[in-house]
Amino acid sequence: MHIEKRATPSRRLQLAAPLLAIAFTLLVSSLLVAWAGAPVGKAYALLLDGGFGSTFAWSETLTRATPLILTGLSAAVAFRARLFNIGAEGQLYAGALAAVAIGGLHGGEGFALHPALLFPAMMAAAALAGALLLLGPALLKSRLGVDEVVTTLLLNFIVLLFVSMMLDGPMKDPTAMGWPQSVVLQDALQLDKLIERTRVHTGLLWAVLLAALLWALMRFGTLGLQIRAVGANARAAAFAGMPVGWVTVKVALLSGALAGLAGAIEVAGRTSYVTLDMSPGYGYSGIVIAMLAALNPLGVVAAAVFVAGILVGADSMSRAVNVPTYIADVIVAVSLLSMLVAAMLAQYLIVFRRAAHAG
Amino acid sequence: MLAETFDLLTSLPFWVAVLRIATPLILGTLGVLLCERAGVLNLGIEGIMVAGAFAGWLAVYQGASLWGGVVVAAAVGAAFGALHALLTVTLSLSQHVSGLGLTLFATSLASYAYRVSFPKVDSPPTIQPFTEMSWLPIPVLNAQTPLTLLALVLVPAIGWLLYRTPAGLAVRMVGENPAAAEGQGLSVAGVRYAAIIAGSALMGVAGAFLTLAAFNAFYFNMVNGRGWVCVALVVFASWRPGKALLGALLFALFDALQLRLQQAGSGLFGIDVPYQVYLMLPYVFSIAALVLVARRAAYPQALMKPYRKGER
Repeated sequence: MHIEKRATPSRRLQLAAPLLAIAFTLLVSSLLVAWAGAPVGKAYALLLDGGFGSTFAWSETLTRATPLILTGLSAAVAFRARLFNIGAEGQLYAGALAAVAIGGLHGGEGFALHPALLFPAMMAAAALAGALLLLGPALLKSRLGVDEVVTTLLLNFIVLLFVSMMLDGPMKDPTAMGWPQSVVLQDALQLDKLIERTRVHTGLLWAVLLAALLWALMRFGTLGLQIRAVGANARAAAFAGMPVGWVTVKVALLSGALAGLAGAIEVAGRTSYVTLDMSPGYGYSGIVIAMLAALNPLGVVAAAVFVAGILVGADSMSRAVNVPTYIADVIVAVSLLSMLVAAMLAQYLIVFRRAAHAG
Repeated sequence: MLAETFDLLTSLPFWVAVLRIATPLILGTLGVLLCERAGVLNLGIEGIMVAGAFAGWLAVYQGASLWGGVVVAAAVGAAFGALHALLTVTLSLSQHVSGLGLTLFATSLASYAYRVSFPKVDSPPTIQPFTEMSWLPIPVLNAQTPLTLLALVLVPAIGWLLYRTPAGLAVRMVGENPAAAEGQGLSVAGVRYAAIIAGSALMGVAGAFLTLAAFNAFYFNMVNGRGWVCVALVVFASWRPGKALLGALLFALFDALQLRLQQAGSGLFGIDVPYQVYLMLPYVFSIAALVLVARRAAYPQALMKPYRKGER
């Protein structure tokens, strides 16, 4: 059994691929739900209802989707240039810390600046913190050929320990009764709510705006062209005179900045301070979201809402029937793998018989 | 400070700790090495270790013998390895993405299975883990469990397999030049499947060491990046089993040292150091090791390149 490239990608299969992937994912997760001894149909109904069934469900889903859109964009732009940034989790925390450092320290007021100036300064600092964190691995990759996957993964652990150190030390909230959390961001810097009495905040609009901008950049911008060229074939891009190393650095800055902003927007829109568990793996989920969206920035928005809905829905479903919340993580992981396979099958043909000339 | 360090380096319990910390890293690094020598990156290791740790422990909890638990962990690792091979060899998906997806899948599946098996417990039930091999007349080693001995025996065994047997030659050839291997009548896909499945079985055993020897129960986050460290150690070891052992021991030495310094609480050079700095050191060490060997790293030539018959 081997695979051959189709002469023309099957249009019908390309459209059917996501549906097939979703059907397979449902099958696997149904088996797992049944194993937990819960009624499968009811569990799904509860999951959908909890994620998308009411205004409240939508508000929770969109709140959860906000950081996921940003980490998804971070992964999408980096992966497009074949820079495998697995460090969005660390970059998110770096951005969150930077935001609080600008807008929360110094007696809970942040730097003595008017909020109209302090807010952009806070966001810029968060973007810069994320960007700089990825700059190291990107330079190591382009200068020394060090695999960026391992360095960014290991940096996640280092950053989390650094956050823990800051929460014990200089950024500790003295009023938090020993609970490890940072000082609170100044009130004027916190994002407004989009809907009264819910947690959805204007960060969602920022995330969607950034997705649109990134889409335009990838489609019409020079950098977008360079990113796609380097990703498609770095040697050919270099041959065509593109500064491949420089493009990699720019992609790293962009990708890291997006993940850093995810952290700042979480702090400004939802938590108002940094804790060690403020992100339940948003950085890693961002990779899944980027892949589900086939690295398309607008697709990232849709994929982030889908994943967020599953996560939120699984939380409420697991409270109602006895299915562990980890089912959400399984669904997300299986949908990633089956989506990859489905997309591959639309472009390639499986040939079961052996070729006549070879053994 | 210097005298303390010297005392530490000459104390037996310290070296016992080093070897204990090194064991899962040796097993995991050998597993990654087998996969990569055949040309396939396996970032599924982190998740496979979690799944191996869970499955081995659950099997023993449900009445299997300790070695039975090890076999179950290896089988679970092999099954995930077969999935990775299907995705990366047969379907030639991106090895990075497939491996990460596998880690997410294996980790979430293990967590889910744990919660289904033990819905209402705060702390996991414990098992009777492997005991020390006190009958061995070799100091340090006689304070270890048989799994450590297994890891140490596997180092020369895999070295012999890779460099002295036709099967090992096939693995190396497929990892360096699959077209040439095909020309010799080898099945590139077959060899890669075998290497990935065997390597992933070792990763499963590496995870089982944590639940069956180092601790006596399964905890979330117990693997805690050890898998990623193994991926770094393979590069550091230039894909050689002997150097992999050396790298794992060096890493463990560093880890044991930071643990002791942390416990001593005396600080470095008279400065009070937060404990998180010590915990960072092993990860910093891994990155530093990667950077140090970067210039002369001799990656297997076909690593991360899917092979399709008749395509160039």
